[in-house]
Amino acid sequence: MIVQTGIQPISVGRRAKDRIIQMLIFLAFALALIPLVSVLWMVVGNGMQRFDLEFLTHSMRDIGARDVGGGAYHAIVGTLEQVLLASLIAIPIGLLTAIYLVEYGNGGRLARTIGFFVDVMTGVPSVVSGLFVLAFWILVLGMPFSGFAGALALSILMMPVVVRSAEEMLRLVPRELREASYALGVPQWRTIVKVVLPTASTGIVTGVMLAVARVAGETAPLLLTVFFTDSINNDPFQGPQMGLPLYVFDQAGRPTDSAIDRAWTGALTLILIVMLLNLVARLIGWWRSPARRRS
Amino acid sequence: MAKQIEVSDLDAYYGSHKAIEGITMTIEPRSVTAFIGPSGCGKSTFLRTLNRMHEVIPGARVEGKVRLEDQDLYGPDVDPVSVRRTIGMVFQRPNPFPTMSIFDNVAAGLRLNGRVSRSEIEGVVEESLKGANLWNEVKDRLHKPGAGLSGGQQQRLCIARAIAVRPEVLLMDEPCSALDPISTLAIEDLIAQLKKDYTIVIVTHNMQQAARVSDRTAFFNLAAQGRPGRLIEMDDTSKIFTNPAEKATEDYIAGRFG
Repeated sequence: MIVQTGIQPISVGRRAKDRIIQMLIFLAFALALIPLVSVLWMVVGNGMQRFDLEFLTHSMRDIGARDVGGGAYHAIVGTLEQVLLASLIAIPIGLLTAIYLVEYGNGGRLARTIGFFVDVMTGVPSVVSGLFVLAFWILVLGMPFSGFAGALALSILMMPVVVRSAEEMLRLVPRELREASYALGVPQWRTIVKVVLPTASTGIVTGVMLAVARVAGETAPLLLTVFFTDSINNDPFQGPQMGLPLYVFDQAGRPTDSAIDRAWTGALTLILIVMLLNLVARLIGWWRSPARRRS
Repeated sequence: MAKQIEVSDLDAYYGSHKAIEGITMTIEPRSVTAFIGPSGCGKSTFLRTLNRMHEVIPGARVEGKVRLEDQDLYGPDVDPVSVRRTIGMVFQRPNPFPTMSIFDNVAAGLRLNGRVSRSEIEGVVEESLKGANLWNEVKDRLHKPGAGLSGGQQQRLCIARAIAVRPEVLLMDEPCSALDPISTLAIEDLIAQLKKDYTIVIVTHNMQQAARVSDRTAFFNLAAQGRPGRLIEMDDTSKIFTNPAEKATEDYIAGRFG
């Protein structure tokens, strides 16, 4: 073969390859969108039927097996409270762990051990975390079924996700920024609070929201810990509560059409809640970012 | 303000690797001292030992003495944070805090170090930006992000940030290596002004720059690749550049190696 030198046009073969790969990537993208779009389509289509004020403001108390109507208010309250409590437990612990790993651990023995156990926790199936809370909190310590027990189980699932995503984001903060701060005579902890965390905040918020979204849809750990109820229970520390995933699971298992409709609407509500939380978090992130001031 | 630095028999390590060895020198107050030498000879490492920034890197440590007037910076009960507050530093690449405005960047050292009144901060910010020859360019957009400035402006912003905490000494690690000639000139003019009030130490790869801005020059070199860097000689800049005592210095300045 003769090796050609000099400046040349792009060969036909390379052009064709470029096109083919481009098409393949586009195809893969479209393929990946199919399940997402179809799920959204089904949930919105089927869920809109019962997405009304009654659904959002009423519980299932005194709704008979064949009755139409009823709602998920008790489940919405339960989900919001459980996810809030789980976040209150998991986010601070997760963030502090990530800060330790990145800023203080220096890859030492303790940091590596913690990192290993975070990985192990990531692999814990959600039903196992529910079983753990059931066995330890409820059976051994004798605590009642409650929304708080559910929040404990959810926080176990949430923690490793928060640690890993926050860790990634903190590692992205350039070393020069930390050094710039040290060189001004700023102690390490203030550097972390005032320079490192604000710089990584957008990414950390995204990671935290993903963790929230993940646990908001968990059914199995709730099944074993918050028990079950058709009534409104505003107190997450006392007595059985409900949660939206649990509600969907329960209603979808019932044999009547009105129950199936309620399950679809429950799923739609759950998606909307997660989306709303996401939007709020992003708005806060945008509102505090320097990009806003630039304009 | 502006104090003398005395270094005696200083070694610096990264883990088990000895980066510099046996450095002894005196840095005069209210003057500019330039460090020159080939890449990897430990100029920057040595600079970072002067305000205890070296030990920020995991595994790095220092042996020997650094005295600021009569205080030993590596004394057992010395707080490294207070050392860095006294000896400021400007880095090779401009590194303004990306989440902060121009104003907040300059105010960062004061704010992050404790409570200072609002009016006092405003005064210091204006004074520091004027000191860094940046005030006229940014006075109308103090609350825009610092990252929106040009490279040269960012570097002057970093200098303003460093002098806002009123250090005694200002260390500069190749402050112009990422800048264009015009910005470099602006920084060099600034250095000439700042030496009235500060002790300035500058690391540079640019020999003309060392000749232009410094009063005294120290030449560093390493015996061989992988061996620790050493101070070869230190003298008045005019002497180093016209009539150095060591052959190696002459060769380096003449561009025969490095």
